[in-house]
Amino acid sequence: MEMLLASAIGALSAAGIYLMLRLRSFPVIIGISLLSYAVNLFLFATGRLAVNAPPVLRDGVETYTDPLPQALVLTAIVISFGMTAVIVIMALGSYLSSRSDTVNITRDTPAEQEGDA
Amino acid sequence: MDTAGSFLPIIAALPFLGALFPGLMIQAGRNTCAAFTAAPTILALVLLLLCAPAVLHGEVLQFQLPWLPKLGLNVNFMLDGLGLLFAGLILGIGLLIILYARFYLSREDPMGQFYTYLLLFQGAMVGIVLSDNILLLLVFWELTSLSSFLLIGYWKHLPEGRQGARMALVVTGTGGLAMIAGMLILGNIVGSYDLSVILTQKDLIQADPMYLPALLLILVGCFTKSAQFPFHFWLPHAMAAPTPVSAYLHSATMVKAGLFLMARMWPVLAGTPEWFYIVATTGLITMLIGAKIALFKDDLKALLAFSTVSHLGLITMLLGFGTKMAAVAAVFHIINHATFKAALFMTAGIVDHETHTRDIKRLGGLRHLMPITFVIVTFAALSMAGIPLLNGFLSKEMMLEEASHTIWQGNHWIVPVLATLGALFSVAYSFRYIVHVFWGPQRDDYPSKPHDPGFGMWAAPAFLVVLVVAIGVAPFLAEPLVRASAGAVIGGALPEFHLKIWHGITPALFMSGAAVLGGAILLALHAPLMRLWLATPRPEAKTMFDAITRAATRASRAFTSGVHNGALTRNGATFTVTVLAAGWLAWSSGETLSESREMLPIAAVPAIGWMLLIVATIGLVAFHRNRFLALMLMGIVGLIVSLGFVYFSAPDLALTQISVEVVTIILLLLALNFIPRTTPVESHPARRMRDALIALTGGVAVTGLTYAILISDFAFESISAFHLANSYKGGGGTNVVNVILVDFRGFDTYGEIIVLGIAALVIFALTDTVLKGRGGRWLANWDKRKYREAGDRHPLMMVVATRVMMPIALMVGAFIFLRGHNEPGGGFIAGLIVAIAFLMQYMASGFAWAEARQRVTYHATIGVGVLVASVTGLGAWLAGKPFLTSAYGYITLPPIEKFEWATAMAFDTGVFLTVVGAVMLALNSLSSMARRTGETVNIFPMDINPARADADGTDEGNA
Repeated sequence: MEMLLASAIGALSAAGIYLMLRLRSFPVIIGISLLSYAVNLFLFATGRLAVNAPPVLRDGVETYTDPLPQALVLTAIVISFGMTAVIVIMALGSYLSSRSDTVNITRDTPAEQEGDA
Repeated sequence: MDTAGSFLPIIAALPFLGALFPGLMIQAGRNTCAAFTAAPTILALVLLLLCAPAVLHGEVLQFQLPWLPKLGLNVNFMLDGLGLLFAGLILGIGLLIILYARFYLSREDPMGQFYTYLLLFQGAMVGIVLSDNILLLLVFWELTSLSSFLLIGYWKHLPEGRQGARMALVVTGTGGLAMIAGMLILGNIVGSYDLSVILTQKDLIQADPMYLPALLLILVGCFTKSAQFPFHFWLPHAMAAPTPVSAYLHSATMVKAGLFLMARMWPVLAGTPEWFYIVATTGLITMLIGAKIALFKDDLKALLAFSTVSHLGLITMLLGFGTKMAAVAAVFHIINHATFKAALFMTAGIVDHETHTRDIKRLGGLRHLMPITFVIVTFAALSMAGIPLLNGFLSKEMMLEEASHTIWQGNHWIVPVLATLGALFSVAYSFRYIVHVFWGPQRDDYPSKPHDPGFGMWAAPAFLVVLVVAIGVAPFLAEPLVRASAGAVIGGALPEFHLKIWHGITPALFMSGAAVLGGAILLALHAPLMRLWLATPRPEAKTMFDAITRAATRASRAFTSGVHNGALTRNGATFTVTVLAAGWLAWSSGETLSESREMLPIAAVPAIGWMLLIVATIGLVAFHRNRFLALMLMGIVGLIVSLGFVYFSAPDLALTQISVEVVTIILLLLALNFIPRTTPVESHPARRMRDALIALTGGVAVTGLTYAILISDFAFESISAFHLANSYKGGGGTNVVNVILVDFRGFDTYGEIIVLGIAALVIFALTDTVLKGRGGRWLANWDKRKYREAGDRHPLMMVVATRVMMPIALMVGAFIFLRGHNEPGGGFIAGLIVAIAFLMQYMASGFAWAEARQRVTYHATIGVGVLVASVTGLGAWLAGKPFLTSAYGYITLPPIEKFEWATAMAFDTGVFLTVVGAVMLALNSLSSMARRTGETVNIFPMDINPARADADGTDEGNA
């Protein structure tokens, strides 16, 4: 089972990295979202895996899974939503303002962003 | 003594506090501004004078305050003779400069700015000389570099000013970096960063193998600051500054900081052959070169600048000799040089101010036109030349005396001869200032008709000249100060000496006489020599400096744009590769983890989930150009991840993930409305191969890392056991994850909801900016027909269904929220669910329709959420507990069961509100773009309005 999770995280990372390196904003957003999944799962996995041992205290139950990574990942999920939303708006704003959804500054961009030499 | 010691931080802080005022007070006029600048300086000077008697009696005042004691960084100040001398010079001459600058600066110059910079600089300098901790000293040292940068570049419109400021900053800043390293080595040798400790460890330091590196690094710092060869070139270029700055920084204070430090470190660093050969030789060379160049400079300030370089060299050389008497001479010359050189700079400013030129070739014959200035210049310049009855003579005699019995590599005559030569040049350029500017025939082609300035402008140099004469005639006046500061430099018993005019017939007297005579002859031959000077090629420091900076800039720019040329993809690739390389390094050099955990068996259902995830992920990569399909695949991935959380005992995470998933997909759908539906094929196959290679390597690395973690146990015991054990006892909840969020790690959560709130506000602000700019205009002309696909925008069925579901959804939210402390749930999840409940209404009837019925703005919701969390946290203070300490208890309501209450619940409410507000604000911002396209706003909740008699069309519902 460990191998399944590890390879799933690896696949998500690989796809995330590949899409992150694309030239248009939408695949980049998708790539970053996939990376977020991978990172969250990875953080979660640092608590090691356990089945049927949720960290909700019950009388007579002795083994619980590690609650700490779960707490960290819970906020991480919400924060990654916030981050995704921000980059979506950035992508949208740049597309609407420049009518191009490429993520790189092209050579013929006016020199106004170069700063003074 | 204790009270006097506590004056020290006040003295150091006063200029910094004072720096706040000039900028404000300039509104009240230039005099007020100058007065408010002078006030803190005067106050600091008075406090210093109160400390003076004790210091002159040999006491060392101290003040200690731990700042970062673990790093050895403490706010320790001390005042001994050396500190007193320098602090006196800095504050005293500073006061004169403030007076002088009041009349020097013209109406166009922003005076408030000038005085602010000046006080900042003054504070930094005072800080250096009072520091008893070398780390603290370094802080002030860097501050002087920065504030002098501002002062040198004060006339921002002059390119020379900007270039000079930059050059000074680069040179002194580089030296400062070297010095940090040197000081750290020194502190490491001794085991303390306190000067008072370091200064007692001479043998330890000089025996250490790191002595030489430390010495070299510290000396680089001192030499750059004090403009010693080969770093002397920046000082003349810094003369582009207004004259008060030159007089203050470049004669009396900043350039002396290097000397101060050499004097300060003298007890532990001096006395070795290394010290002698490096410091004395550098000083000698600097003295000669500076004096020679000064003679051939036509610009008055350049002449003075190089003469300063030369005199700084002289003092450096004296410190380098390493004998006690030489140290006394050095200290005495520091005082004398500060008085006559500051006066000379101010007179140069006066000449410039009155005649509108500093070019000696265009001047001459001013003695009748500017008699007062002439007298001041004569005394000051003769003192610089070393003429008897003026203070320059006394210290120059002492210098020559020391030089006359200094042996350099077994050679008895080289140092005395070269020192005499330096003195000779010094006489020549000093005479030149008097003769070529004030003597000779009166001219009629001055750029401006010169006359003496007002009293305010010549008062300061006149005062200094009075000191020059007074010390020259009655040297015993300066003796207590010289004794106290020389005693501090030497750090032991002073040699037997008396400052007096007549020492008898000594070698020094002959050398001095030869210098005066030779100097006069040299000046007489100035015209042919000048032609020779101009005809000989010589290295131009500025060209070399510029070439080096250009090359460095080009190299760093090439490197920067190599890894980061503004292209996000390249940046991402560089980042990924770097992380992978670092990971590889860690992996190959660290210990391999042992396989100590038992594997879980692979079950059928998770295996199917895994396959779905892999297929969806591969599909995403394969079909990412079709954006709508990509979104659906994303949804599958998110769903499987949520299911994974369920399977691996993380119900809270599963709930969060699935609700976030819904919101994210809605968000992306809204966004997809405006951006192209497909991604064009544009990257080269080779490039795709490269990216695939990076991605696959990354994927394999992550798989390996995760697997390695999963098969091994914790390297050391985790703190989770504590949380499990104390969740109920201490936090009053059985859902450990929730208790961690709102209680154990409440402060983290508090930070996170603030981040979330900020993210939502950023989205709002960005949207607003885009809509007000080009993007908004484009949207307003959006061709809707091109994109309109659904004919039924607000279908009846959906409206009815969402209305029915709304209370249920809210109920679920409330349920999830309330049970959060004991069962899976809580503020985060409840917030997301409630947000989804609202979103359903928005989707069914349109954002505008829903928004018109909304009573509370989302900004307020976020604000209230953070506020509630804050107040809950602060509540703990009332109980005398730290921020966010929670309390809980039980109440029994008769008809129902036992109820639990916990302050954590209130905190969770804050989390809940922030999450709702943030999610809604983000989506609302996106939808406001849709409204900008002119999307119609419906009055009725749905397209077909059953309440109307003629309910047949779809358009009537839209206004």
